[in-house]
Amino acid sequence: MLGGKLPRIDGPLKVSGRAVYTSDVSLAGMLYAVPVRSTIAKGRIVSIDAAAARKLPGVRAVYYRGNLKPFFRSAPPQGFSGLIDEKRPPFEDDEVRYYGQYVAVAVAQTMEQATAAAAAVRVRYTTDAHNVDRHLVAAKPLETESQRGDADAAFKSAPVQVDQTYVTPDEVHNPIELHATVAAWDGDSVTLYETSQAVMNHREVLRQMLGVPKENVRVVSHFLGSGFGGKLWPWTHSILAAGVAREVGVPVKLVVTRQSMFEAVGHRPRTQQRFRIGASRDGTLQSIHHEYLNQTSVLDDYKEECGESTPFLYSVPNLRVASALSRANVGTPTAMRGPGAVPGLFAMESAMDELAIALKMDPIELRRRNEPKLDESSKLPFSSRHLLECMQVGAEKFGWARRDPRVGAMKRDGLTVGWGMAACAWGAMRDNAQASVEIRRDGTAQVKTATQDIGTGTYTVLAIVTSEATGIPVDRIDVQLGDTALPPGPISGGSWATASVIPAVSSAARAAVQALLGMATSGPSAPFKGAKPDDLQLVNGRVSRKSDPSAGVPLGDVLARANVRAATGSGQSSTTIGGEESRKYSLHSFGAQFAEVTWQPETARLRVSRFVSVIDAGRMINPKPARNQIEGAVVMGIGMALFEEARYDKRYGAPINSNLADYIVSTNADAPPIDVTFLDYPDKVLNELGARGVGEIGLAGTAAAITAAVHHATGVRVRELPVRIEDLLRA
Amino acid sequence: MERFQFTKAHSVSEAIGIAAQSTTAQQGAPVRFLAGGTTLVDLMKLNVERPTRLVDINHLELNKIERTSDGGLRIGALVRNATLAHDEAVVRDYRVLSEALLSGASAQLRNVATTGGNLLQRTRCMYFRDTAMACNKREPGSGCSAIAGENRALAILGTSPQCIATNPSDMNVALAALEATVHVQGARGTRAIAFQDFHLLPGDTPHRETALEPGDLVTHVTLPPPRAGATSRYLKLRDRASYEFALASAAVVVEVAGGRFRYARLAMGGVGTKPWRMTAAEQALTGAAVDEGTIKQAAALALRDARPQSENGFKVELAQRCLTHALRLATGMATV
Repeated sequence: MLGGKLPRIDGPLKVSGRAVYTSDVSLAGMLYAVPVRSTIAKGRIVSIDAAAARKLPGVRAVYYRGNLKPFFRSAPPQGFSGLIDEKRPPFEDDEVRYYGQYVAVAVAQTMEQATAAAAAVRVRYTTDAHNVDRHLVAAKPLETESQRGDADAAFKSAPVQVDQTYVTPDEVHNPIELHATVAAWDGDSVTLYETSQAVMNHREVLRQMLGVPKENVRVVSHFLGSGFGGKLWPWTHSILAAGVAREVGVPVKLVVTRQSMFEAVGHRPRTQQRFRIGASRDGTLQSIHHEYLNQTSVLDDYKEECGESTPFLYSVPNLRVASALSRANVGTPTAMRGPGAVPGLFAMESAMDELAIALKMDPIELRRRNEPKLDESSKLPFSSRHLLECMQVGAEKFGWARRDPRVGAMKRDGLTVGWGMAACAWGAMRDNAQASVEIRRDGTAQVKTATQDIGTGTYTVLAIVTSEATGIPVDRIDVQLGDTALPPGPISGGSWATASVIPAVSSAARAAVQALLGMATSGPSAPFKGAKPDDLQLVNGRVSRKSDPSAGVPLGDVLARANVRAATGSGQSSTTIGGEESRKYSLHSFGAQFAEVTWQPETARLRVSRFVSVIDAGRMINPKPARNQIEGAVVMGIGMALFEEARYDKRYGAPINSNLADYIVSTNADAPPIDVTFLDYPDKVLNELGARGVGEIGLAGTAAAITAAVHHATGVRVRELPVRIEDLLRA
Repeated sequence: MERFQFTKAHSVSEAIGIAAQSTTAQQGAPVRFLAGGTTLVDLMKLNVERPTRLVDINHLELNKIERTSDGGLRIGALVRNATLAHDEAVVRDYRVLSEALLSGASAQLRNVATTGGNLLQRTRCMYFRDTAMACNKREPGSGCSAIAGENRALAILGTSPQCIATNPSDMNVALAALEATVHVQGARGTRAIAFQDFHLLPGDTPHRETALEPGDLVTHVTLPPPRAGATSRYLKLRDRASYEFALASAAVVVEVAGGRFRYARLAMGGVGTKPWRMTAAEQALTGAAVDEGTIKQAAALALRDARPQSENGFKVELAQRCLTHALRLATGMATV
């Protein structure tokens, strides 16, 4: 089963519409809340006139600062608990700091009525000059994040130099499922049905902001119509829904609009990265100097860690990574698939490609010559690094040897063909997790942990792991996730949910089996009385002596004879942060991305026509959804490279293309054949099965591989994403 | 969305009778016909359209494609875009129309969107669709946010100081090149409107987009008989491969004999405030040799009057390349 190709066990529920997503939750007497969005980006609210709105049909109430019980702020987080990016609770003051900030909320019997009421609320403002400038300016002097040697001096004396600035735009997660909250109070306790990638964290933040004890908040998120990081931490609509529901005394549903998805639930911030590389004529790197800014909001310090991969990806004696924030009147940014590394690697791998061209060297050869023996920033060995093999396998699959490096030299079917490649990396980590497994009389098992399946296949992976440990077939295993009533589980982010939860579930499953075998050997009616549990085994739902597998007893009989409902076990995993592994090893996944574009110069038409991705991310527990993750990330990477950008109207300060027709993402027609290979080297440092996550790494390096291919085809080097037709008309 | 009354019309005359009570058939009309609804319902959700009454015409007998007595084609207003695009006669005789339809929207939308609705498709200007922004088309006299705003996708031909919104339809571009006729039935009987007269330039009244008056119902569109020996093509250029409005598109119908253009009808989309006929370029082509120089000159002539905005200067070049390449495809000078 491990390493097999099991379809998602939740697939039938999803394709038949029986999977209940958050906005599907419908409770008796439920009202709908629709926020009123500010139509200025900076200023103060002078007055709010809700008289007309209150008179509309079905309207129950309109709330704003002054008539809704205030919320508390959440205290600074501890580890991965208590995290929230936009920290200001709704209605805390009369200041407007970004376009679309919630200034009031209408509550009515139907969503249409609440929408009409929200539109009828008249808000007067005094406006101040806002800043949504595309050019980023550091709010404070840059701070050094990583340094060795003398990057400046080594760059100046290097015979070959690249010094360029790369820009990535404000990108919006845009999962198809809108953010939503359904809040239902029962006395002083509230249940929140949430679109959440982290129910435990959500509970911690909400209980603080609502000012109620932890046990009074339950957060449920059974299925997610994807999140891409945007649903990791709570946003203001969730607090608003809970507060409004407390006020009106009946359940309240709040579904964020697509327009608000661009304003008030985070985005990947704009980055501006100066990248300098100095090298010897033989390609040996002498200096890397990475200075970057990322945009954040006025109140919150969201940091896009663009320098995450820079210090360890290549061997270089002199290095400096430094950064600062740039403030603007935009909603608070947040983590988006591969935060930091994805925009960072666009800069770094583009600069490497430009260096290879300056050196007249094959870009794979350049990287091969600078392969480090260890992580030169931490001086630790890599737990498992096979980047060279990724590039070698990728080159073979792609046919890289046939590449003619001259711009525009390769043709096929009347089109110009361009090829490009990039390396990539993403951190490997494990977080704390607890799980319980119950083996029941009917021969089924139930697994419980409060992590989430955000569409990545966690339900299926945990069924496989439990099956592996218990011998109970996957179709007899019930996996329960996404509920704070379950044993605490990790966030579904950072690609570490799988690695984190596997040890907990495996040990819980083994503990449950041990409990069962213990019952088989002791007690008045035990079938193997006198035997040692270690002499027994559980195979295909039957307990037998290892020495005599044919004489087995169904596990249900064992439980029945002991008069026990179920055999249970619990297990836990510990975080790698500050742990022994991270003091001994540099923990990362690696990969190589190869892109082919076709280019029609006459019409400036560019398409990605082929993609090869080779990933070194430990052992694949279930390669089918893992491949799906890489394919999806590559499709997203095509969007990052060629399409996606939230455009702010400089006069209004509004993200003006806040819909899916004007903010374009890849369609099926833009998705080429994608060849995914996993090297499948187990990383046993991380867990016993050697598994790491693959949710993010497929997006890392992808845009750089595509823009390298664009350059190869057209001669145009695009350093500010996305690549646009107007850039290519220069070719 | 605001409250509205929903009426199912049982006949064309009943539908017209209800709509004739309306004060206007243009932006802000209190009565709207509901066909596919792909534009109207969308705009109602955005509060851009606020009709108080919807007249459902979906079950009226306006859904046939028939040969006309002169050998042309009569297309009912309720013929769905998908049906029309895959119709045997259209694929054979009016390839440009089939290609244009199939380049638009998505399969799901084409299954429901109608011929009449597509004729009346509203602009995708972002400022028109957001009621928080000034827009002369939506709120006459409020100003145009697009002129000094994000106007990359907007028009370079036929603009006015009041409006630069693009007509987004692909079908309309093909119908312009095919010299279609729009047939309307209204309170005062029926009339036929030449395609080039159906859509209006924005001028000082950008809220007036068509020649329709209150009560007017588009009943069908007719195409002239296919021209023997002519070929027609539609080429659409955009950022992504599918499901996006054109940055520039070209519908061309040409007849070539003896190495010369004998006939040319050219129209473009994505660049004009209405489906844009390129008559000067048509005249330049007619009688000229079929070669790269001729078509490039014609394309330059076609865009001679272009007035780009702050962010769409590239469209002048892109549109010329689009028209040039469409002509290459139609004449066999290029295959992809």
